[in-house]
Amino acid sequence: MVQPATALDAATPGPVIAARNLDLTFATNDGPVHALRDVNLTIDKGEFVSFIGPSGCGKTTLLRVIAALEHPTGGTITVNGMTPDAARIQRAYGYVFQAAGLYPWRSIEKNIKLPLEIMGFDRAEQDRRVRDVLALVDLEGFGKKFPWQLSGGMQQRASIARALAFDADILLMDEPFGALDEIVRDHLNEQLLTLWARTGKTIGFVTHSIPEAVYLSTKIVVMSPRPGRITDIIESDLPRARPLDIRDTPEFLAIAHRVREGLRAGHAYED
Amino acid sequence: MSAALTDGPARASWALTGLMRGVLPVLSVLMAIIAIWYGASMMMNRAWTLDQMQRQNIDMTPIEIIAAAMTQERPVLPAPHQVAAEIWNTTIGEPIMRERRGQMQGNPRNLIFHAYHTLWPTILGFAIGGFLGVLLAVGIVHSRAMDMSVMPWAIASQTIPILAIAPIIVVVVSNLPALNAAVDQGWISDDTKLLVPKALISSYLSFFPVVVGMVAGLRSPQASDLDLMRTYSASRSQTFWKLRLPAAVPFLFTSLKVSIAAALVGTIVAELPTGARFGLGARLLTGSYYGQTIQIWSALFMAAICAAALVMILGALERVVLKRMGARA
Amino acid sequence: MRAVGLAPWGLPALGVALIVWAALNDTRLALILGVWFGAWALNAYLSERARSRGVRLVVPLIFGVTLLALWEMAVQLYDISFVILPAPSAIWARMITETATLWADFQQTILKGALAGYAMGCGAAFLTALAVDRSTFLQRGLLPVGNFIAALPIVGTAPIFVMWFGFGWQSKSAVVVAMVFFPMLVNCVQGLKASEVMQRDLMRTYAASYPQTLIKLRLPTALPFIFNGLKICTTLALIGAIVAEFFGSPTVGMGFRIKIEMGRLAMDMVWAEIAVAALAGSLFYGIVALIERKTTFWHPAQRRG
Repeated sequence: MVQPATALDAATPGPVIAARNLDLTFATNDGPVHALRDVNLTIDKGEFVSFIGPSGCGKTTLLRVIAALEHPTGGTITVNGMTPDAARIQRAYGYVFQAAGLYPWRSIEKNIKLPLEIMGFDRAEQDRRVRDVLALVDLEGFGKKFPWQLSGGMQQRASIARALAFDADILLMDEPFGALDEIVRDHLNEQLLTLWARTGKTIGFVTHSIPEAVYLSTKIVVMSPRPGRITDIIESDLPRARPLDIRDTPEFLAIAHRVREGLRAGHAYED
Repeated sequence: MSAALTDGPARASWALTGLMRGVLPVLSVLMAIIAIWYGASMMMNRAWTLDQMQRQNIDMTPIEIIAAAMTQERPVLPAPHQVAAEIWNTTIGEPIMRERRGQMQGNPRNLIFHAYHTLWPTILGFAIGGFLGVLLAVGIVHSRAMDMSVMPWAIASQTIPILAIAPIIVVVVSNLPALNAAVDQGWISDDTKLLVPKALISSYLSFFPVVVGMVAGLRSPQASDLDLMRTYSASRSQTFWKLRLPAAVPFLFTSLKVSIAAALVGTIVAELPTGARFGLGARLLTGSYYGQTIQIWSALFMAAICAAALVMILGALERVVLKRMGARA
Repeated sequence: MRAVGLAPWGLPALGVALIVWAALNDTRLALILGVWFGAWALNAYLSERARSRGVRLVVPLIFGVTLLALWEMAVQLYDISFVILPAPSAIWARMITETATLWADFQQTILKGALAGYAMGCGAAFLTALAVDRSTFLQRGLLPVGNFIAALPIVGTAPIFVMWFGFGWQSKSAVVVAMVFFPMLVNCVQGLKASEVMQRDLMRTYAASYPQTLIKLRLPTALPFIFNGLKICTTLALIGAIVAEFFGSPTVGMGFRIKIEMGRLAMDMVWAEIAVAALAGSLFYGIVALIERKTTFWHPAQRRG
């Protein structure tokens, strides 16, 4: 199942994502907004990294910088050892947005084929991959349906399937489960961990839920706003196989506590 | 985009970007249209000039040819400045009133006089159409039977090329016994009688946008808003006045703007096939009879100016009303 | 407080009272009112009780037939002058006897003048929208200007085009082109801008090229707007083609016939032409709406159930 999208990153021993002194300032009518200031971060291959913080802390902006959807105004960042733009053109990552963003005029199957068509996969390969990723997100038999005929959770799974279809080594997810209810969310979290274990992808995951961040991640990046910056980076030592009830263990609670402290510190600094 | 770091320049650069975003593109498009127009007018009028040149056996430099092509009396396509000059001459350059048979009357050489004769029925028709449109919309929203039976026909009525009926309406109305009797009794003048069919046609064109916009507006309150009214056990009329109508106001203005432009089109077209003597449509018609292209274009532009003015007046009214209703500018 | 309004039985009672009052004064009026209230009561009953698709079709049909019946009755009972309003039956009779003329006029005006102009005008507008698509500067300029021009009485250019292109159908097509171009252009430009930022970002993460984004994302999102433009333009095309004939035409065509028969006060023939125009207009609109339903089935406005 695990096959590198390009030979290049297999040959790159360094970190998958490396940011150094990253700055991003937006000019607005009300003056400059410091979305990111002095961000330093490395992410290694196969890590599951969560970005957590209150709104306006720059977690989504950071993810968008990694995806080359925004460009930093200072500092350097590399993805797979190259600029984010170069990585984007090599289709190094799949991106999952907060809303599913499926095209209503395409069936689920055709939605998943969208990136495959753009990247020029042949027909047979497209069909094979659609079948594989539908199985991966538990949506077999729904390929012919249209997005608006599915529930919100199913739509979000389909959008994850779409991001997985071209099998990039990096998966960037921007609050993908933010709009879903808790029960669906737990279920999808579990599935995401299984998927990650099976594929060994590097995952960047934006969330504002502490339990979600601690449950999923090997590394938790705590951020705070005005200016958007990193206040703490927590390496999680929880085992990789995580049943849902791990959330009641003291180890889990200890990490959650540290995350909460980090978030609070960010606030104290501001006041 | 320039980054603005302090307050003063921020405002200045904001004004600049505002200019870049709004005015500049529109101006460039307008300039392009005028340039294309000059080019086209050059191309289309040249033949005649060259022909004249040959007949009179004179030689002209290219500059002279261009100049001649731009100053013909009956050009195929008049140049923009010719039209502008004509508009100027027939508005500012002509008295609006003139003496005739010992009476002060409107001057038919003045374009404003014609615009007046078109605007009046337009506004009348718009008022009728707008009123009927609102009424119909209220009925449609409150009665299922009306919704199901009238709405499809209201839509179908607009797929009918209604302007083609204009001549019929003119004939029918001018033959209405009641109307003729009113003229004989001296209740209304002959001029007013000629105004009625124009107003009717423009009201037919203007009612539909209002119906559609108003139905959408009256239905725009969400289920939760309606539920709130239900918890107050508000009556239907209370719900209407306190919730549905205010919610519909923005929709109403949007459709009124569409509708008044349609009303103007209706009046002008009503003037075309009916041998009306006054009005912008009549001006178009006489222009086309005598090949006075400059006159045709100036009438067209006057119509455009009227349309713009009417829509702008409604826009201003809209801003005032919405502001008083507490909407943010 | 009791709501201000009529009790459920109020409206029917009012109707009956009105009919009785009319019967005392003028039996003919009572007859007309009777038919009207009868049909209305039927429709009110149907629309309240049943909500199937059949009812959705029958109710407006009853309404239309009632209108025709009232028209016929009014003309017959009140002896309305033929010039003011011919009865539907008279118009129908004329349509039967003059089918050949009507068909020839239809061909000249609709099939040649209107359709050719519609295709050229809408096609040109679409291509122009694509051409300015990559320049937001041009789009910003074109939208207000186009919106303004679309509101102008462009039919007024008809005499000019007749002067330029002669009396044949070509000049009618030219008028139609001028009339449909800007409404269509505005809709296309707006449609091409309609895709969401997130969906465009998605295409960027795929490093999709401009044509790929256009074909796979922006054209599909533009479709509802494009169809809106196409629908508006169907009516405009017919109006343009017919009205342009008032300014000069060969001795065939719907506008020509309307003008000539008006002069002869042959109002039944004029109304017959109008009926054909109405049918053609509704059919034209219906076909475009049908294609829209087939191609934009996914749009919330088109989804059923």
